[in-house]
Amino acid sequence: MQKIKQKLIELGQQLVRQIEKKQNPTVSLPVRSLSNVHYNKKIGTLELGKNMASRQFFNVAHTKKFLQTIEVANVSKKLLDLGKTTSLRDVYYQIKRTIPGTKINVCDEQTETDKAIEDLEVITGFSREQLHINANKNGSVSGRVIIEDKGDTIDWSKMGSGGWSIPSNVEDITFKKVQAKYVLYMEKAAVWERLHEDKFWDKHQCIILSSQGQTTRGIRRLLQRLAEEHNLPIYVLTDFDPWGHYIYSVIKYGSISLAHISDKMAIPQVKYLGILAKDIEEYDLKKHFISLNDKDISRIKQISDYDWFKDKKIWQKEFEAMKKYKSKAEIQALSSKGITFISDKYLPEKIKKQDWID
Amino acid sequence: MAKKEYETKAEEMGALQRDISISEFFTKNRHLLGFDSPKKALMMSVKEAVDNSLDACEEAGILPDIYVEISQVNEDRYKLIVEDNGPGIIKEQIPNIFGKLLYGSKFHRLKMSRGQQGIGISASILYGQLTTGKNAHIISKISPKHPAQYYELHLDTKYNQPKIVSEKEVYFNRESGTRVEFELEAKYQKGKQSVDEYLKETALSNPHARLSFKDPSGEMMTFPRVVHEEPKQAKEIKPHPYGIELGILIRMLHSTQARSVKSFLQEDFSRISSSVAAEICTRASISALSRPSTIVRDQAEKLYKALQETKLMAPPTDCLVPIGDDALQKGMKKEIDAEFFVSITRPPAVYRGNPFQIEVGIAYGGNLDKEETIRVIRFANRVPLLYQQGACASTRALLDTNWKSYYVNQSKGNLPYGPLVIVIHMVSVWVPFTSEAKEAIANYDEIIKEMKLALQDCGRKVASYIRKTVKVREQKERASLLYSYIKELSRSLGELAHTSPDQIENGLIHYLEKKLPLVHERGENAENKTETD
Repeated sequence: MQKIKQKLIELGQQLVRQIEKKQNPTVSLPVRSLSNVHYNKKIGTLELGKNMASRQFFNVAHTKKFLQTIEVANVSKKLLDLGKTTSLRDVYYQIKRTIPGTKINVCDEQTETDKAIEDLEVITGFSREQLHINANKNGSVSGRVIIEDKGDTIDWSKMGSGGWSIPSNVEDITFKKVQAKYVLYMEKAAVWERLHEDKFWDKHQCIILSSQGQTTRGIRRLLQRLAEEHNLPIYVLTDFDPWGHYIYSVIKYGSISLAHISDKMAIPQVKYLGILAKDIEEYDLKKHFISLNDKDISRIKQISDYDWFKDKKIWQKEFEAMKKYKSKAEIQALSSKGITFISDKYLPEKIKKQDWID
Repeated sequence: MAKKEYETKAEEMGALQRDISISEFFTKNRHLLGFDSPKKALMMSVKEAVDNSLDACEEAGILPDIYVEISQVNEDRYKLIVEDNGPGIIKEQIPNIFGKLLYGSKFHRLKMSRGQQGIGISASILYGQLTTGKNAHIISKISPKHPAQYYELHLDTKYNQPKIVSEKEVYFNRESGTRVEFELEAKYQKGKQSVDEYLKETALSNPHARLSFKDPSGEMMTFPRVVHEEPKQAKEIKPHPYGIELGILIRMLHSTQARSVKSFLQEDFSRISSSVAAEICTRASISALSRPSTIVRDQAEKLYKALQETKLMAPPTDCLVPIGDDALQKGMKKEIDAEFFVSITRPPAVYRGNPFQIEVGIAYGGNLDKEETIRVIRFANRVPLLYQQGACASTRALLDTNWKSYYVNQSKGNLPYGPLVIVIHMVSVWVPFTSEAKEAIANYDEIIKEMKLALQDCGRKVASYIRKTVKVREQKERASLLYSYIKELSRSLGELAHTSPDQIENGLIHYLEKKLPLVHERGENAENKTETD
């Protein structure tokens, strides 16, 4: 912790030295966009390239971002001083104010401070959690697992109907007992609730895990630790649409905006269980199709062009099928076969047949 | 057998072949003359009438005072009244001028006038008659001593002749002038390419005219006179040999009054002296004394070639009457809400033997939109050109000008954008239009070059204004913004780095103050670059 604080202070002092030397205060940081993100085929994850950008205070196009970067660094340093942790939302409110004598706010949207925090991560080399800033907890997990978190022992099989809520920071939990053959991650909380009610994790000796929408860092890190520390295979279940496919992509390869922490997040051995194009035929899901809109179509094009999907024939086939059908399908389409169809038939069959793609 | 059938068919067809009167042709092809939509038909009709009035006033040396009224008769029918204080028209000519297509004084002369454009007021009246079945009503008065003459006219489309339905002497509330009234199928709309826009732009290019307009809702709009001197009279000139075609030469040879080819060349063209005429005859192997009407086609072709090959002085340019940069600026100032105006009138130049002159004015800043593509207002002989901007030589000239060096934003291949209105005016005895609708100036290199030179001249002045006032203003705004940021940064950076905020603030202010003159210097360099362009 002292090391992290020292790094932040040093960032400030470096700028002060530049000012003393009558230079334009400048912070350099790696470019965080697709143009500077490369797919490392050997390791199987995304990584940040070497392109650097300079953020200068006396460049009207950078001034505001520059101030935001220093502001979040200062908030983080204060948190470390106090030994407290706060949320992304809180950081936004601590920084948000109108600059006196102007109509300009230091930040207008939370996305601006969120980005500034990500920038601070690449500048300092420390993660958001190490900087004592957390996202909201998000997602539920259940299974025959016992963990210890801040001195409390928690049994994931005895968490009632809601399961255990996954915190933003899972660095400090320790696994006491893990009785599972695999981990099943799904995009939809509603599907998780179905499986949890059916005690799927108990019947099939597995861990089931979901988020609501985006896969947060906490969930990705938890999945990674289960995969690495307990050698569990991870299967991903999403909608048959480009957004679902990207959720899988993020879990497996890492995300474009967070390519700098792929090593702490990405899980190259993850497999994609469904919904696959062939499931549509096999389980007769066509009548539950939803037409693709323009956004979907351009997203398919984008994803199929990503370096890490470009040469994967099996994935290009999925994209082609979607374009051919001009439609997408949700996981919940399976419910039309009966509410427990997914837990009684679809999942056990697929896992038994090892019917997934990589 | 087959041959006989052929003949019969030809005879059959021959029976159907006959003269087509111009009026009949017009009936079927009104779009060629610009009457392609009810909205455009209304604008064209106003334009024809107002152009006529302005031309007549100019020729008579009268400061124009023109009244336009449009009222709605029913859903798609409007009544148009245009009244002027011009010299009036003598009684005998009224039916011909308003009731016969292609009748007039302008087509046969090489003289700068508005009326070169469009087919004339009679076409509008014919359009009105075709779409409503109503007759036109004309009143004209030539002096306070004469009574005003009223005519109700009907156009006989088959024979292109006016038919007088009724005529009488009436009272007319002006010393002299003309009033036209007719109904037409039309649509009245404000905005782009509307009557309003045409009148506004006409007011800009005719600052010596007073225009008033009563629109269908009854609202009155007045465009005041800001120049109180009538424009100089345009002189008529004879054609310059470089500007004619072989067909025209042959026609001229047949219709000339001259008794010999030599005197024909001397008298019917400009810039041909007696010795040059003799030289041309020798070059064309034609006897200088032969009668022009005896020249056969082959000889005419030789003569044409000889004319093009002989080195001649450029045509005289006293036939051109530009608005003048001062009057143009006055016109712009009253019709455009901006903070800075420049204008320039280029010296006369020549394309294909036709003298012409380019004027450009630029309005900058004020309430003009900063984010929009600039507005371009085009004129030919003071007449606004509202259609086909893309095909116009002015667009080429605008695109070929490097606006960035004048601090005006431009993305590649597009018109610049920013708070600018650019006025481009071409005056000529013969404006080369790209088509019969006469809405775009043809892309002659000489014309584009003159336009570019004028644009660059005005552009440099705008740049200098931007540098001196706008850049300084923006710089001040930027500096004051940065001062506010400095305070905020000093506080948080001071906390982060355990340093006194005052120390940081002083350092940053020092940098800012040192840097400001640097920005200025960069501006100066940009100027030097444009000056050498």
